Amino acid sequence: MSSRRDFMGMALGGFTALGGIGALMAMKKTWDPLPSVKAAGFTTIDLKDAQENVLVTEKWRGKPIFVLKQSKEMVEKAKKSDELKRLINIGDEYYMVAVGLCTHLGCIPGYDSSKQGFLCACHGGQYDGTAMVTKAPPPRGLDIPPFKIDGTKLVLGEEGPEYKKMLADGTTMKV
Amino acid sequence: MAHFEKAKSLNEWLDQRIGINTLKKVMQSEYWIPKNINFLWAMGMVLAATFGILLVSGIFLLMYYNPSTDLAFDSVNYTIMTEVGYGWLWRHIHGVGASLVFLIIYIHMFTGIYYGSYKKGRELIWISGMLLFVLFSAEAFSGYMLPWGQMSYWAGMVITNLFSGGSLHADGLVEWIRGDYVPAQAFLSRFFMLHVLLMPLAIIGAIVFHFGTLRLPHVNNQDGKEIDFEESARLWKEGTTESRRKSEVIPFSPVFLSKDVFVMGVYFILFFYLVFYHFEFAMDPVNFDPANGLKTPTHIYPEWYFLWSYEILRPFPTDPGLVAFAIAQVIFFTLPFLDMSPNVAPANKRGAFHIWFWLMLIDMLVLTFMGKLPPEGIWSTIGLVAAITFFVLWISLPIITKLEKKL
Ligand code: HEM
Ligand code: FES
Repeated sequence: MSSRRDFMGMALGGFTALGGIGALMAMKKTWDPLPSVKAAGFTTIDLKDAQENVLVTEKWRGKPIFVLKQSKEMVEKAKKSDELKRLINIGDEYYMVAVGLCTHLGCIPGYDSSKQGFLCACHGGQYDGTAMVTKAPPPRGLDIPPFKIDGTKLVLGEEGPEYKKMLADGTTMKV
Repeated sequence: MAHFEKAKSLNEWLDQRIGINTLKKVMQSEYWIPKNINFLWAMGMVLAATFGILLVSGIFLLMYYNPSTDLAFDSVNYTIMTEVGYGWLWRHIHGVGASLVFLIIYIHMFTGIYYGSYKKGRELIWISGMLLFVLFSAEAFSGYMLPWGQMSYWAGMVITNLFSGGSLHADGLVEWIRGDYVPAQAFLSRFFMLHVLLMPLAIIGAIVFHFGTLRLPHVNNQDGKEIDFEESARLWKEGTTESRRKSEVIPFSPVFLSKDVFVMGVYFILFFYLVFYHFEFAMDPVNFDPANGLKTPTHIYPEWYFLWSYEILRPFPTDPGLVAFAIAQVIFFTLPFLDMSPNVAPANKRGAFHIWFWLMLIDMLVLTFMGKLPPEGIWSTIGLVAAITFFVLWISLPIITKLEKKL
């Protein structure tokens, strides 16, 4: 510190920088999703009325949720390709439940029940009946939302043991 | 207190207080423009004028636009289009202007590339120009969100998802940008703010900067000739017919500006022809359906001016695609440094660079057309080849310009 003038310059600069950092933090927080947005997050869906190979679209956190009850034939196919772990098992039935947004850039893939698969029109990605990816660019199958099984109902947003297992073995990732 | 004489004219009164005569000299009567240029050098002022028109039409749209997810669509498609007197006019001017501004920006850029107007002292002109390109892109994108139609929503979804960085899974960043899990009210409000305030402010600042970077190097000319501006200015100021004929320059205002205004006149005939008779090219039919988060349109594509970079994203798997896209967004910034040739000359005198120029232009046109076509079969293949060609061209640029003979 060579002079009083230097000291004053540095003190001023220091406080200004501090204020600047504070302002940046406030700005970052202002852009954050509101607590009310974060808190609204639980939806219950009933799987009782689902029909085999007919896609039902529900809504959770503003995102489409695909529900596809699997036919016997589809379950066999899933067993062969080792994708049974992607399905939710309730009683004797298997259901594919996934966030209906393409894992590439988030378009909604369309379901073709005759081919038992999904096609994303945006960049040509494809998925099979368990929503596993079969053609790039999507890097992985559709993500499975956090769920808890409650009889024939699913509570989306809550993490039940079946979901935790899927997370742990890498079947899906957190959404 | 400084000493002031009583002024004899308004001009003198202003000159005493804000030095208006000096200002006029620096920015107009003694800002020298070479004679040896063509109409392509008017594109800069055409851009400035188009920006002015966008600003004015935008102000009138703002009077009835309602930035709420429930009301936005109707406030545009119903209130402004059918109720507000001449509301349709502002909307069509704004839409056509947003589209044409990119056409002119691309012409302006490729003019600069052709004549080598980005090197030897003109690097900052190029960089500030690219900054304007990026800001205009952000302005156009944020504006596209506002009618809250199907294309607004899904373009917003897809483009903000780019920020998750593929396998980086920065979903938190995406949600931060949106202020929600999906584009919703928070998203519309903040993009409204960006479109009507922050981006226009930044653009105005960048235009001032762009003009500032032009003042000392001056604009280039058709031969890339290094002009002795002092000598030419002296000849012009001498004022005789003979000396002015010998001078290689003219003053920006009023002499050069009057030529600019002529080109602008021709341009605005085209502009208003489109506004009145062919505005539909600037209005995507899909965006006349209100936003619906549970239904994606069959094909999502951006406006034509983003198609080339979109097509660079599309043919690759997610991660390489994102990297390619990110590089394509910024690669033009590096042009002054990747062109290693010492020559400032039009491309037709520069051998291999001449071929490079046309290949780059054609490649970007091919990418643009492929970006609009569905990603299937032969179109996918052509798109992939064009995307790879884009990068091969950029990698070859330093090599061919290094080998270029000094003129
Ligand atoms: C709306 C945005 C823009 C405005 C208002 C603008 C305005 C201008 C003006 C008035 C000139 C001088 C006259 C002329 O040579 O045309 C100019 C020159 C120039 N601009 Fe821009 N410009 C814009 C965007 C860009 C962009 C995107 C680039 C490219 C990255 C760019 C690069 C250049 C270059 C290299 C010159 C010098 C031309 C020469 O020396 O011959 N500008 N600009
Ligand atoms: S968003 Fe589905 S393939 Fe790109």
